[in-house]
Amino acid sequence: MSENFKIEIVNPEKSFLSKEEVSEVVVPAFEGEIGILKDHIPIISFLKPGIIKVSIGSEVENYYVEDGIVEFKDNSLSILTSSIFNLKDADKNHISNSISEAENELSKDEIDDQKRFILNHKVEVLKSISAI
Amino acid sequence: MASLDDLKKRISSVKSTQKITKAMKMVAAAKLRRAQESAERGRPYSQKMNNIILNLSSGISDKENAPKLLAGTGEDKVHLCVVMTADRGLCGGFNSNIIKKAKSYFQKLSDSGKELKIITVGSKGYDQLKRAYKDNIIENISFKESKNANYFDADKVGKILIQKFEQKEFDVCTIFYNQFKNVITQIPQEQQIIPLKINEEEKSSDENYEFEPDEDEILGNLLPKNISTQIFKAMLENSASEQGSRMSAMDNATRNAGEMVDKLTIQYNRSRQAAITKELIEIISGAESL
Repeated sequence: MSENFKIEIVNPEKSFLSKEEVSEVVVPAFEGEIGILKDHIPIISFLKPGIIKVSIGSEVENYYVEDGIVEFKDNSLSILTSSIFNLKDADKNHISNSISEAENELSKDEIDDQKRFILNHKVEVLKSISAI
Repeated sequence: MASLDDLKKRISSVKSTQKITKAMKMVAAAKLRRAQESAERGRPYSQKMNNIILNLSSGISDKENAPKLLAGTGEDKVHLCVVMTADRGLCGGFNSNIIKKAKSYFQKLSDSGKELKIITVGSKGYDQLKRAYKDNIIENISFKESKNANYFDADKVGKILIQKFEQKEFDVCTIFYNQFKNVITQIPQEQQIIPLKINEEEKSSDENYEFEPDEDEILGNLLPKNISTQIFKAMLENSASEQGSRMSAMDNATRNAGEMVDKLTIQYNRSRQAAITKELIEIISGAESL
């Protein structure tokens, strides 16, 4: 029995990534990271800013996402997101721009707690990426 | 009868028009291919989104407290219509077909005594609607600067809609756009996006999902995104339709110009011939009289 399942990541413009044989995926769900293996029970959740780790055999690919929805069903994982990029292609300038944008947003008074939480988290993740 | 010189001028002017329409057709064909591709690439996203929402909404136990974007405000008084057209003309019946569809819907609304509000996306729609519905148009959005339909723009429209909905400015929202079937056929569509209409028959699985966090919260997070997605889908379909429609319109125009050039050329040759014959007769009759 193979221990692999299917993953598909789509963004509004195109199908971003589609792999048949992944062994494990870790997604930054809203209430904490979830690791998904084969035969996970069906789940729907949404994402906070963070890193999706896709393991194919011994290789691991990392993607940064800002938001999105995950759905796992019948051993196929769908991730819908509007903003995603591979960490390998990360653009330092772009990241530092996003950080300052998020910090700007944070300094405003009118944002609610949930948004503040997400923004704080985003800054943290982006900073850790740019530190690499 | 027009003089030879006049005919010559007509012919050359029609020919240069033909050149322009031909070039526009080529450009539209190239753009069409790209627009069609991106429309196709965009489909999986909106389909998946739809599926998830279907699964979610069937899982919701408490219909009363369902998010307003799904269940509606409980009233049916103020209708908001988002009319999506192109920013440029010269594309056959593309814009007027949407407007026609929208106008007949507006008529139905005013017949049943509903209040009407209009948002136009794309300047052509605004131009055509502002005469008859000036007071109803509350906003006009145009994306002349962006070259292709992109999600960022769609999201902007979506956010405006949601903001207005939260401020209780309308109860029902419908979007109008052209669905791309093929190059010759585009079907004007009306689609209600708020409250979301769910096709009961499509409910496929009774899969028991685990939700994290709970359904309501996910739905609350997902539904606004779905609005933007639907608008984005409409924008993609629209841009493919626009190019397709322009291509066939320009193809027709090129052909008509060709026919016209032929006709004018025949007329030109005839009148030249007539002039020559007339001159000959004059010479011969002059020689005879000697």
